[in-house]
Amino acid sequence: MHIVICIKQVPDSAQIRVHPVTNTIMRQGVPTIINPYDLFALEEALRLRDAYGGEVTVLTMGPPMAEAALRKALGYGADRAVLLTDRYFAGSDTLATSFALSQAIAKVGETFGTPDIVFTGKQTIDGDTAQVGPGIAKRLDLLQLTYVAKIASVDLDAREIKVERRSEGGTQMLKSRLPCLITMLEGTNEIRRGSLKDALCAARTRVLKWSAADAGIEDLTKCGLRGSPTVVKRVFAPTARAEKAVQIDTAEKTLRDIADALIAAIFTRQPALEHELAFNGGA
Amino acid sequence: MSTANRETPRPAAGRAGIKKELPERFKDYRHVWVFIELERGQVHPVSFELLGEGRKLADKLQVQLAGVVLGPPGEAIGNAVAEAFAYGADLVYIVEAPVLVDYRNEPFTKAMTDLVDTHKPEILLLGATTLGRDLAGSVATTLQTGLTADCTELDVDTDGSLAATRPTFGGSLLCTIYTLNYRPQMATVRPRVMPMPQRADKPVGRVIRHKLSAAEDEIVTKVLGFLPDNQSAKANLAYADVVVAGGLGLGAAENLQLVKNLARAIGAEHGCSRPLIQKGWMPADRQIGQTGKTIRPKLYIAAGISGAIQHRVGVEGADLIVAINTDPNAPIFDFAHLGIVTDAIRFLPALTEAFTRRLSPHSRDKLAS
Repeated sequence: MHIVICIKQVPDSAQIRVHPVTNTIMRQGVPTIINPYDLFALEEALRLRDAYGGEVTVLTMGPPMAEAALRKALGYGADRAVLLTDRYFAGSDTLATSFALSQAIAKVGETFGTPDIVFTGKQTIDGDTAQVGPGIAKRLDLLQLTYVAKIASVDLDAREIKVERRSEGGTQMLKSRLPCLITMLEGTNEIRRGSLKDALCAARTRVLKWSAADAGIEDLTKCGLRGSPTVVKRVFAPTARAEKAVQIDTAEKTLRDIADALIAAIFTRQPALEHELAFNGGA
Repeated sequence: MSTANRETPRPAAGRAGIKKELPERFKDYRHVWVFIELERGQVHPVSFELLGEGRKLADKLQVQLAGVVLGPPGEAIGNAVAEAFAYGADLVYIVEAPVLVDYRNEPFTKAMTDLVDTHKPEILLLGATTLGRDLAGSVATTLQTGLTADCTELDVDTDGSLAATRPTFGGSLLCTIYTLNYRPQMATVRPRVMPMPQRADKPVGRVIRHKLSAAEDEIVTKVLGFLPDNQSAKANLAYADVVVAGGLGLGAAENLQLVKNLARAIGAEHGCSRPLIQKGWMPADRQIGQTGKTIRPKLYIAAGISGAIQHRVGVEGADLIVAINTDPNAPIFDFAHLGIVTDAIRFLPALTEAFTRRLSPHSRDKLAS
């Protein structure tokens, strides 16, 4: 079984700066981690490999420093790492990102064997869009299984997979076919502590660095800013509310008096609430 | 469903998309569409919230507002159509097919992209639910257009473009995103971020039906079953009128009981801020904030929550925000309406007791007399 998992290196802090001309995020100088949502997908990929045999290839697109995220993933036990890095990818929105990643996955497939499953996290913590996974699925014509809480079974001979997926108001049990793309829900497992063997292996494993050309991308107009239909026109800080909270005086009062004063203040501002709370509560 | 034939030539400008030069083939894209999310017979309320927003955009653009209903034959479709008109739609597109009985990505993507290709909307809005996000990503990729997720503000710019504002980097900044040279301009909005518009019964207006050329045997993914959420997870936090939530200031997981006690006494839902989810003190569906639930209650009581921006964007729609925190400089006091600088662990039991006293039938009788 060949599994490809896409991860993203994300900033681990709120120290964000914005490029004054392009209005894109400047990532330099901010500590980075593997997007936490991706770790659930990585663990699931490793478990499937451990159960069914095969290999896990971890893929990321980013600047050269994103190699650190791949090294970390190798340390958890991934077998191979590919860094897709090229200045042509700078400024990619989700459509351009899913284009580049899908091309690279196709190339990984040609080189190391067609993947049976492609994993991504549910979303990233810096973009929060949850769009790249579905974008890759559509471009590679993979069956799309998002918000997967559990992989119930995989039948490699019949090319069949059964999953439980989070949907509105409940859990859907789905039967689908390989190859598919799975975005993994958070809290579904816990990333393993890499073994010493994995750490030694990781140290010996070379991270493959692919340019756009290496990944077989011919149409550079679909990459980076040029390939992005969305344009970030303005980045700004939220405006503060003019007035601060009215403080309930707590000096030299019992908790009971303070509580009564607060409730009086609440019902003064929202008189209709008193009847509604009495109606709902107390029963 | 190959996307190859959709790969469109890029505009000639060096850096595509920065300047508005709408290609000829997109010039007849008109009108604002809202996806009416119908699952298991019910319309998700986020669809009505979007119709409210869509109405404003359509009026500014002087175009029509259309609802899009995808579903299996039956009563539910008729109800959804009536509701779409009641919440402001001028017309409704319907794709009615047995394969649309449960949500699956393949037939829904096909239905929506066929509809867009045929009737050409300039703006397409979807709820950022699990369903809406699954669908929107596929539709945008198939159509090769821009999609802005989790918008908190939608507007029309002077040149007629959709200006979609969303939090970025966990809500520390906001950005305004345009899809200048591609159509439709797509955006998703999370439930409760936009206010619920007024409902007004109206006669069903113009309805356009579209056939879906997909039979069940062409669709690979099959639904084997559906397990509704249990009672605790079903908590309708997003739509509750009164919410009590706890944060790190509560100090220990067992102190969340104080939050739950107050919530029970006043008939409220309870929730918490993001760090408590990360500590595993509460299930993830109780998280309030940008990456959890957005709430718009009449009364929100935040106990021991400092008020990081990611929390703030999830609660700002509340009519009345009460904050309890030991730190007088906590950011939550910048956007709460009423504040108390005190220890929530000590204060919550007193508040619960005081509410119970005030709301007891005995004191209500006194009020009435």
